[in-house]
Amino acid sequence: MRFRTPFLFALALLAYSVSAQSPQLHFPQRVEAGAAFSIPTSGSGAATLYIVGPGGALRRKIQLGTSLAFGADDLPNAGHYTAVLVGGSSTQSGQFDVVPSKPGRLSFLAKPSRLPVNRATGISGVVYLFDRFGNLALDPQPVSFDLSDGSGRTQSRTQASRNGVAWVRMDSAVKAGPATFQASVANVREKRIVQQVPGDPCSIRMTARASDQKVVLETDPIRDCSGNAVPDGTIVSFTETYQGSQSTVDVPIKRDVARTELPAHNGAVISVASGIVMGNEIRWNGGL
Amino acid sequence: MNRGFWLALLIALATVALVVAGTLWPNISATGTADAQAKLLGAATSPTGAVNNLLQQIARHNWSSAYATLANKSEFSESDFTRDLTGNYGSLRTYAALDGYDVHPLRASSDEAEIRATLHWASVVGTFDDLRDLHVVRSGDRWQVQWPVVKETRVPPQVIPVNYLRWDVIYRGAEDDWGAQDVEAPHVRIVAMHPVDRAGQVVIMGEILNEDVVPAFVTVKATLLGSNGNAIASEDSFDKISHILLPKQVSPFRIDFRDVRLSQIDSVRMQPFSTLVPASADPVIGIESQTLHPVPDSSLTGQLVNQSGQIVNVAHVIGTFYDHSGQIIWVADEYPSRALLPETPVPFEISVPADVSSKVGSYRVIASTFSSSRFQ
Repeated sequence: MRFRTPFLFALALLAYSVSAQSPQLHFPQRVEAGAAFSIPTSGSGAATLYIVGPGGALRRKIQLGTSLAFGADDLPNAGHYTAVLVGGSSTQSGQFDVVPSKPGRLSFLAKPSRLPVNRATGISGVVYLFDRFGNLALDPQPVSFDLSDGSGRTQSRTQASRNGVAWVRMDSAVKAGPATFQASVANVREKRIVQQVPGDPCSIRMTARASDQKVVLETDPIRDCSGNAVPDGTIVSFTETYQGSQSTVDVPIKRDVARTELPAHNGAVISVASGIVMGNEIRWNGGL
Repeated sequence: MNRGFWLALLIALATVALVVAGTLWPNISATGTADAQAKLLGAATSPTGAVNNLLQQIARHNWSSAYATLANKSEFSESDFTRDLTGNYGSLRTYAALDGYDVHPLRASSDEAEIRATLHWASVVGTFDDLRDLHVVRSGDRWQVQWPVVKETRVPPQVIPVNYLRWDVIYRGAEDDWGAQDVEAPHVRIVAMHPVDRAGQVVIMGEILNEDVVPAFVTVKATLLGSNGNAIASEDSFDKISHILLPKQVSPFRIDFRDVRLSQIDSVRMQPFSTLVPASADPVIGIESQTLHPVPDSSLTGQLVNQSGQIVNVAHVIGTFYDHSGQIIWVADEYPSRALLPETPVPFEISVPADVSSKVGSYRVIASTFSSSRFQ
């Protein structure tokens, strides 16, 4: 039977006071969390075993002189434990450590989830290693990090964990698209998706043509300096200046190009920009 | 009898006298109060009286009575008149109330007069003025107003195909592991900032850029720090900013700190905040014929043209003004009172302080929009 009661503290005090003056129970010094094991007991008659450890206590009625068996999952929490066996007028005690078992789960923090292409050490991955009971696996383990982009290119690194943590920094790819970022320890894997998005437009070039009383402005397909198409929805600003008056329009890119219409004035100067990137300039002369 | 009795009697008599005087000779001055509860209307025996009567009826939303007093009823219908005043398509006018008016006679003869009426409308985003030059004509012993109706453009019924972009967001669930990935907040950056001391207050102006590929809801927080490093005041940008920024879009911002002087400030801590929000890339608003007018009527005027098929109920125009070295020197805004219909120009006018107007080397105008069917 397992207790999680306010009496835990009192029980621990009892166990410690008894263990200081009792014959010792012979527990293995280190027990893996969740592992089954047994220890011999001496004497005869009925007794009660108390085990106090981090996060809980255990009480079990046993027969002295038999082996004391612990099943798998009886002691899941890693930490220092004290056992006290109370039978008749005698008590026996022992102390042991439950250590984390092999990693069974990874908490993988991949940052950022979205970044521009071609950023050196722009992606960080941090892995926390836990066993299947949620104990931080403190023993050094080799952790493999693999970052695979859409073109099939993979960056791989292996880092040894320290105090249950391993981390790495990776470069974003030149080609935009989702990349799979995987961390693995033995056969335990965790995946994250990192969106590698195009950077700022590399250059913007627009053309103009007349349409009734308007001038139709359209950019060439807008790409970043790595050749990736700048995403649809990115704002492109067109500005027309004519005789001290100005007209502007912010247009989202649709299907790689931005397109709009502005009033047609002969002699007007029309410029284009997106964010902090300037494009070409056109002096409108009626399309001649 | 003691002195208290006489004092009470004196106050009671004075009160009665004032009530009688106010009833018999109500105050009709050049500045209208536009009290919707007012019971008295002046006689339309003068041009000013006729205009006052009309504007009082308008203030009460008594459209039929107001329309009935007009001299040029045959030129337009009552619904045209009502739409002129209340707007259409759920615009800012639709939810505005006449808060007051100024009436200034321009010229008058025995049979006709010209009167300039400035109607002060109160709306949820502040007040806006509607200036009308009214022609008033004598009809027998009465005067009647010829209303200069502004007929709102009607969009003919049609289907406008729109291939528009939209971003939707799915966030991490509450039950997900703490290490599970969440969508990244948009990356935004303050690209300019300029504090100025103006009219007894500190004004922080600047520009913020969404350098990400997703839409962002942005705010800017400014904290003024004294020489000892303590915060003197802290404010967020509120209305002088376009809160929704599409990828690579830039918005100006202005934050006012009242009762603080620049000399008290050692430094300013600027904190941009961004949240990933669902948004649409439409409607696209063209801002045409932007013209900066010098003093005495220093202002920036232009026209908004809705290049999309969706009706915009309320638009917000923000102007950024730079000096000749490219430094931001002022940020001002305006809400046009009429809805933006497809391809229908709507004028706007942003007031610019006279001292700023003379220093402006260039300017930039952006427009954000609200449509009742959705935000942004």
